[in-house]
Amino acid sequence: MDLDFTPQQQAFRTEVRAWLRANVPKSPLASYDTREGFEQHRAWEAKLAAGGYSCVIWPKDLGGRGSDLNEWLIFEEEYHAVDAPMRVNQNGIMLLGPTLMEFGTAEQKAQFLPRMARCDDMWAQGWSEPNAGSDMAAITSRAIREGDEYVLNGQKTWSTRAVFANWLFGLFRSDPDSSRHKGLTYLLVPMDAVGITVRPIRALNGKQAFAEVFFDDVRVSSANRLGKEGEGWNVAMATAGFERGLLLRSPARFQRTAKRLVELYRRHQVTADRDPSIRDAVLKAWMDAEAYNLASYHTVGRVAKGHRVGAEASTNKIFWSELDLQMHETAMRILGPRAELIDDPEVHEWLEGFLFAQAGPIYAGTNEIQRNIIAERVLGLPKS
Amino acid sequence: MDFTFTEEQVALRDSINRFLMKEAAPELLREISETSGGRSRELHAKIAAQGITGLSVPEAHGGVGLGDIDWTLVTEELGYHAIPDSLVESSYVATALLGSVPEAGALREQWLPRVADGTAHISIEHPANPCVADAHLADLILAIRAGKDGALELHAVSGTGLQRSTQVSIDASRRLAMLPQKLAASTRLLTGAGVQTLADATLDRAALGVAGQLVGLAQRMLDVSVDYVAQRKQFGKPIGSFQAVKHHLADVVTKIEFARPVLYRAALALQRGDRHRAVLISHAKLAAGDAAWTAARKGIQVHGACGYTWEVDLQMYMKRAWVLDAAWGDRGFHKARLGHELLRDGAPLGPAATLQ
Repeated sequence: MDLDFTPQQQAFRTEVRAWLRANVPKSPLASYDTREGFEQHRAWEAKLAAGGYSCVIWPKDLGGRGSDLNEWLIFEEEYHAVDAPMRVNQNGIMLLGPTLMEFGTAEQKAQFLPRMARCDDMWAQGWSEPNAGSDMAAITSRAIREGDEYVLNGQKTWSTRAVFANWLFGLFRSDPDSSRHKGLTYLLVPMDAVGITVRPIRALNGKQAFAEVFFDDVRVSSANRLGKEGEGWNVAMATAGFERGLLLRSPARFQRTAKRLVELYRRHQVTADRDPSIRDAVLKAWMDAEAYNLASYHTVGRVAKGHRVGAEASTNKIFWSELDLQMHETAMRILGPRAELIDDPEVHEWLEGFLFAQAGPIYAGTNEIQRNIIAERVLGLPKS
Repeated sequence: MDFTFTEEQVALRDSINRFLMKEAAPELLREISETSGGRSRELHAKIAAQGITGLSVPEAHGGVGLGDIDWTLVTEELGYHAIPDSLVESSYVATALLGSVPEAGALREQWLPRVADGTAHISIEHPANPCVADAHLADLILAIRAGKDGALELHAVSGTGLQRSTQVSIDASRRLAMLPQKLAASTRLLTGAGVQTLADATLDRAALGVAGQLVGLAQRMLDVSVDYVAQRKQFGKPIGSFQAVKHHLADVVTKIEFARPVLYRAALALQRGDRHRAVLISHAKLAAGDAAWTAARKGIQVHGACGYTWEVDLQMYMKRAWVLDAAWGDRGFHKARLGHELLRDGAPLGPAATLQ
């Protein structure tokens, strides 16, 4: 056991740090859920990609750097330490990207991954439907094969950033006589295809953070199928494994928030200490962010020795989403009656983060679903 | 960067687990705890023959000389099997304490070979604990206590003939006592500022040892609870198929999953003498205590009325978890120490702060 970074890892850190220092935008970008902010974020993604930092763990010929997961953790640490912009294309690079690596053909990888790394393509997720949320196997949107094409009909919803996306990855029922997990096919759909209608949904913060997507006889080439026809569930579950696992939320992000929380508390300690439970919550935030970080290095070490991230990844999702919520709740309590003032420079990021943290235990599989997964697949308890 | 254990370390843990599974079954421990002395010579001899008592005794004194990282895996197993904690105190904490006092050369020569082969026991008195564990068995007691001027002193007291007042713990496996208020001047081994450093180092190592046991206990309570809910039927089904029950136990899994790496980080910090070791050890103790208390609470809940009985083994593990949580620094102590370190300028905050 050792927690020392190798000379190569230290050199990588130094290099990343220098590049970020020279290139991170001096002032925060506008929200990526506005047109103006989206374009700013896309320009930033292109810059990151040009520097070779957009997707460090991807192979070099596909737009990455060929880094291992330890280097990825180091990159994330440096990235969040300087408050670099949130990743607008995270659904693409963190969820679809690894799935394409595993299931994509050589042509699909070459076609999609480098463009994704540069954010030439912006990806939205098309999984949830009005009647298929936690029960994702209840999907009814269809993709019926006609020659070399699929004809799509139906509706997806809660599709994050679909307002600005030009591609969507999703699950569709290709066998109309099938039910549940069988007969689903994973498709990559261009958003400018004839028959697609996008209806934005305003999120808690008032911005158009996600959308409903309607499909009306939309024709998609069978070359855009990921994995085999009817095998979409297994392909999607691989993505879900990554999603719940390491990639979606690196620990550095929460360590950065915990640091900001300690600083906020210290600035307002006199008023904050009128509620003695606040100090305890601040210390818990630091401890849990640190624990998440150590658990990540522990997992990465085991992965390097051949261990595959399994159902225990569900503990990650529960842990970081509850941590994020707890930290932002604590900040709200420290800010007290000023916490509602959305344009106050000290308040703004905390309040936006507080609203977004409410979604954490819901998206990427609700925490109730994660607890079921842990109970059934880690503990081996019988299905409900 | 490789935050995992070696194959040898994993093999050591597995062999201790197999040994204790066979030789220290709950029924046997329950019987032993109901005897007046609370200890079994036979079991202790087996543990010694297995080499566990000598794991951190230096090779020069007949032991194996293992460090804190190895011991942390051992303490997890000792906790899992609810072995009385005085084993950790004698073979690990007191052994390291003796090893760090230059003036204790003769005591090391005299006692460490016997600790290693299981024929002697060392107990520790420390300001963090009101009582001493297993003083009735002790051949030697290392007592860290305040002298007349309020400064800490280290005493080395022979256990033979020493007056003790027995204290009864709710944890039937514990045997506690208080030592006399006055110790003879002749037992004084060390005075001066160095004793505070020794006291801190002893508390760090003991707190880490307790944290390891608490993680092991949490895992054991989870395991017995999973077994119970898979078998117990209500409404015609195993109660483990109900989500309300599943979610209780999933919460325990999550607590354990995020306590273990913290424990291992603290062990590494102590072994290497990292500058942040105190805060990391306090974190480990707090996280392990939280996991163990959660496992106890959720465990008794899913056991229903059976969990409230003396007959079901869960009670032994719960009681050990409850009392060990406050041993070697209660939550208030460790939170205060953590707060002192974190809420100051230059604290290890932000990404990678405790790694570099």
